[in-house]
Amino acid sequence: MSDQKDEKKTDRRDFLFTATAAAGVVGVGAAVWPLVDQMNPDASVKALASTEVDVSSMQPGQSLTVLWRGKPVFIKRRTDDEIKQARKVNINDLKHPEKDEDRAKNPEWLVMLGICTHLGCVPLTDKGDYDGWFCPCHGSHYDTSGRIRKGPAPTNMEIPKYEFVNTNTIKIG
Amino acid sequence: MSDHEYTPSSKFGKWFNDRLPLLTLANHLSDYPTPKNLNYWWTFGGILTFCLITQIVTGLVLAMHYIAHADMAFSSVEHIMRDVNYGWLLRYVHANGASMFFLAVYIHIFRSLFYGSYKSPREIIWILGIIIYLLMMAAAFMGYVLPWGQMSFWGATVITNLFSAIPLVGESITTWLWGGYSVDNPTLTRFFTLHYLIPFLILGLVVLHIWALHVPGNNNPVGIDIRKPSKDTVPFHPYIVIKDAFALLMFCIIFALFVFYQPNILGHADNYIEANPLVTPAHIVPEWYLLPFYAILRSVPDKLMGVVAMLSAILILAALPWLDTSKVRSAVFRPLFRQFYWILVADVLILGYVGAMPAEGLYLLVARVATAYYFAHFLIILPVLGWKEKTTPLPLSISEPVLGGSPNFAAARARSNEKLENTVK
Repeated sequence: MSDQKDEKKTDRRDFLFTATAAAGVVGVGAAVWPLVDQMNPDASVKALASTEVDVSSMQPGQSLTVLWRGKPVFIKRRTDDEIKQARKVNINDLKHPEKDEDRAKNPEWLVMLGICTHLGCVPLTDKGDYDGWFCPCHGSHYDTSGRIRKGPAPTNMEIPKYEFVNTNTIKIG
Repeated sequence: MSDHEYTPSSKFGKWFNDRLPLLTLANHLSDYPTPKNLNYWWTFGGILTFCLITQIVTGLVLAMHYIAHADMAFSSVEHIMRDVNYGWLLRYVHANGASMFFLAVYIHIFRSLFYGSYKSPREIIWILGIIIYLLMMAAAFMGYVLPWGQMSFWGATVITNLFSAIPLVGESITTWLWGGYSVDNPTLTRFFTLHYLIPFLILGLVVLHIWALHVPGNNNPVGIDIRKPSKDTVPFHPYIVIKDAFALLMFCIIFALFVFYQPNILGHADNYIEANPLVTPAHIVPEWYLLPFYAILRSVPDKLMGVVAMLSAILILAALPWLDTSKVRSAVFRPLFRQFYWILVADVLILGYVGAMPAEGLYLLVARVATAYYFAHFLIILPVLGWKEKTTPLPLSISEPVLGGSPNFAAARARSNEKLENTVK
C-alpha cells in the first residue's frame, strides 16, 4: 500500500501488474493462434498444388476447363480473330489495364482462372458483349483476353502460374 | 426480478427454493404483468421461441443421419429423404422451419418498428434482437450449404467471396474461411460445426433478450409507460399464454401447409443437383429471406461498396433507437411516421422482389432507387420527423380510451380528463 500521499508513484507492484498482464496477453495469443490457424489450408490441400494438362487435341476456338486446387482453369486456344480483337484494344479504356501480350505469352493460348473476380462464379465461355466470357451471377462481361469490360467485377480474371512442359502439355501451378 | 416476495407452499418447495430459486423465477414468469391491450402482433415472440426449439430438435435428429463430407453429403441427404424413418418429414420441417422462422422474425421486427418498441428504455432488447437476427442469417446460410447441391455450393462461393472485398487482407480471410483455395470439403465440415453451434448461441441470446424485456416490461400498442401491476396489466399466465397458444396454432397451420403440400416451393430446383465446381447455375439467388439485402448488394456497381452497403443496411437497424428522435413510441399517434412506415414496408418488399430478378435494365434501376430510399428512411426521414411531426395527444393510460366509450383515442382524449379519471375510478 502506498501511504498517505495520493500521487501516483510507479512502484514494484505496478511493474508486476504490467508484466503479468503482458505475459497473459502473450500466453492467450499463443493459445488462440493454433485454434485460428487450423482453419487455414492444410498440408493435403497444399500438396495438390500443380496439375498437368494435355492440350494436343484442342483446335483453334476450342476451350477446356480443368480443375486446379478445386478451382476451374480455362484453357482457350484462341482464333486469329480473337487474338486481334484482344490486342487492338486501347489499354487506357480498360477498368484494369493489362496488355494482352502480358496475359498470353503465347498469343494462341490463354490460360486463366475461370473465376469471376466479383464473387467467384464461373463465367460462361464465348458469351457476353465482348465475345469472351460472361458471368451469369451478377452480369460481368470479359473480353477475349479475360479482361473485365463491363459489370461489377473489379479486376481481370487472374492468370495462374503455368508453363508449357512440351508443345502438348501445360503445367499449371 | 419479482415485485413481491414469493414463498412456495410445500415444505420441499421452500427447501429447494431457498437453495435454488427456480420456483421464484417460475412465479415471476407466470405473474409477469403484461399490458392488457397487446394485440396479435405481440404473439410472435412466443412463435419465434417455438421456431427456435423446432429447428434445434429437428436439426439434432437430422445430424444423426447426415454426413458432412463433400463426397457424401448430397447422398446422405437423399438417404434421409428416402430411407430414414420419417426422414422426409424431419428434413422438410427443418428446411421450411427456417423460412417460417424468418417470416416470424420479420413480422416481429416490423411490429417493433411500428410501435416504437426499440425506443428508450428498450434499446438493449432491440440490439440483442439485431444480434440474434444476424446469427439467424449466418445459421440459415450455413445450413443451406450442407446438402451440397448446386445452390449450396455457389451460394457459399458468392457469400464467402464477399470477404474478399476487404482491402489488403480480403484474400487471406477468404482462404482461411475456406480452408483451401475454393469452397470444398474443409469448408463443408466447418460450416456443419458452426451451423450446429449457432442455434445454441441464439438460445443464450434469447434468454438475455427476454431478461432485458422483463426489466421495463412489454411495450404496448398505445406505446405509453404504464404502472405495473395495475388496471392496465394482466398476469402473463393464463391471459397471454392462451393468446400466444392460439396464435401459435394458427401459425402451425400455415407451417404445415408448406411442409405437407408445398415443401419445395421456397427452395430452388438447382439444389437437387449435386455441387459441381465447374458449372455455375445460370441464375444464383439466395433464399427469399435474404433477397432485400442481396438486391442492395447488387445495386452498387462497386464490389467493396456493395458489400459495405449490404452490411450497413442491417447494422443501421442497431442505431435505430438513436436515429428515431421522436419521443412518441407508437405510430398510432404519429400520422406522418405511419405513412413513411408503410412506404418502408413497400420499399423492403420491392427490394426483395428485384433481388430475385436479374440485375439489369429496369430491375437494376428500381433496386437503386429502393436502396437509396431504404437508407434515406433511417438517415434522413426518421431524424427529421422527430422534430417536425405534430403527434396526436397520448392517452393517460391504456384504460382511458376504452372506458371513455370511444374506440378513437383522439376523441376519447378530447373529453375532460377529470371526467375520465372519475370513470376509471
